[in-house]
Order: sequence, then C-alpha cells, then structure tokens
Amino acid sequence: MLHTVNKSPFERNAFKACLARAKEGSVIVLFEDAVYAVTRGTTLEKIAVRAAEKFHVFVLGPDLNARGYDWGQVVEGVTVVDYDDFVDIVVTHGPVTAWL
Amino acid sequence: MPEIEALENTSGVIKKFLYLNSKAPYGTVYALEVLEMILISAAFEQDVHVAFVDDGVYQIKKGQDTKGIEMKSFLPTYRALEGYDIEKLYVEKESMEERGLTVEDFIVPVTVVNRLTMSDLIHSMDVVLGG
Repeated sequence: MLHTVNKSPFERNAFKACLARAKEGSVIVLFEDAVYAVTRGTTLEKIAVRAAEKFHVFVLGPDLNARGYDWGQVVEGVTVVDYDDFVDIVVTHGPVTAWL
Repeated sequence: MPEIEALENTSGVIKKFLYLNSKAPYGTVYALEVLEMILISAAFEQDVHVAFVDDGVYQIKKGQDTKGIEMKSFLPTYRALEGYDIEKLYVEKESMEERGLTVEDFIVPVTVVNRLTMSDLIHSMDVVLGG
C-alpha cells in the first residue's frame, strides 16, 4: 500500500492521520506542502524521524526545491525522489491512499 | 449635495492596511492572491503593512527554485516591494521558530515580533486582508 500526503503538517492533520493508520513498512510519499513535514529543525522533527524508522518515507525533490529546501535539509532516513521515481513508486506499490 | 461632498472628503484619506499571510506558497493560490492585492494597493498610496504568520513565513524563505514544479517564484516580487515603498514587513517569532527558521532565512528585511505584538499590530489597523 502506498500513502500520499500533500498538505502542510502545520495546517492540517493529514500527515498525522496517515502515520496513525499506515501499516509498518508501508510506503509514504510526501509532496506539495507536505514536504515541510520532513525538513530539519521544526517542532515536528521527532515525529518525522520516527516515521522514517517505521515506514519507507519519500519526499518529492522539485517540491522541496520550490520551497527553498534541498536534500541536505531533510531529516535522516527520508529519501528524496523526482517525478519519474514517483511514477515508479506508484506503479510498484499501489493501490494508493491519498491523505488530504 | 451632501453625498458628493462625502465622497470628495474620502479622497486623500490614508488608511492603515495589513496584508496577513498565513499560508505556504505554491501548494494553494492564497499566497499569490495576497501578493497581487499588495501590488494593487501600492498604486493607491496607502499605509501598507505585510505580516507573515503560521505557514505564511514560508513564503519569504530564501533559495526557492521553482523550475522543477514549473511555477513562477514569489521571491523576485517580494524583493521588488521595496521599490513600491512597501517596507513594513513583520514575521511572527513563534511561527518562525516552530518551523526551524531564523531571520537569516528570509529574502527580505523583516521585523520579527512575538505573537502578542502581532495581535496588537492586527488590532491597530483600519483594514486587514488575510489569506
């Protein structure tokens, strides 16, 4: 099962809602405003680090870059991917649950 | 005609405007819409203030490279505000710190104020437009 989140964790509950229901080992892709969930130095950093230990967490690089972050500012254990990788992940790990 | 006189009297009145940004850029259209309102207001010679709270602080983070998502970056427009005499920019300290940001992370000079002062600022305005 693939889970996707695209809303800011500071504004919506989607990221936490996803973490609470995804089974261990699930794949989670964070894109659009959800990329803020895994940037370093925020009050949510511990949650992000724990998520990366329990799940396979990916974050979309172009959305990170647009918001002024790069892979070096992402918490450990999270993998930065591009659009082609995203497509491969969807094909490989579907069906998809989109947390909005 | 008293009505016409009243209308004439409103010309030249300068009001205190606050544009209150609370949303992250790019994911929704709010940030862009507020920025367009700010540019319009510059043409009317009003006393313009711009504040960034909650996810709004992300709008002015340095290093935004939007090539990959094929959207226009906000940063050049924010840098240009100074040229329109829009220089009263405020960032809420608590919002900035929750997100691991410091004043060095911003593309434009801002005044950092705490939440209480932000509240006072909001309440001292004639017009507040949020997004």
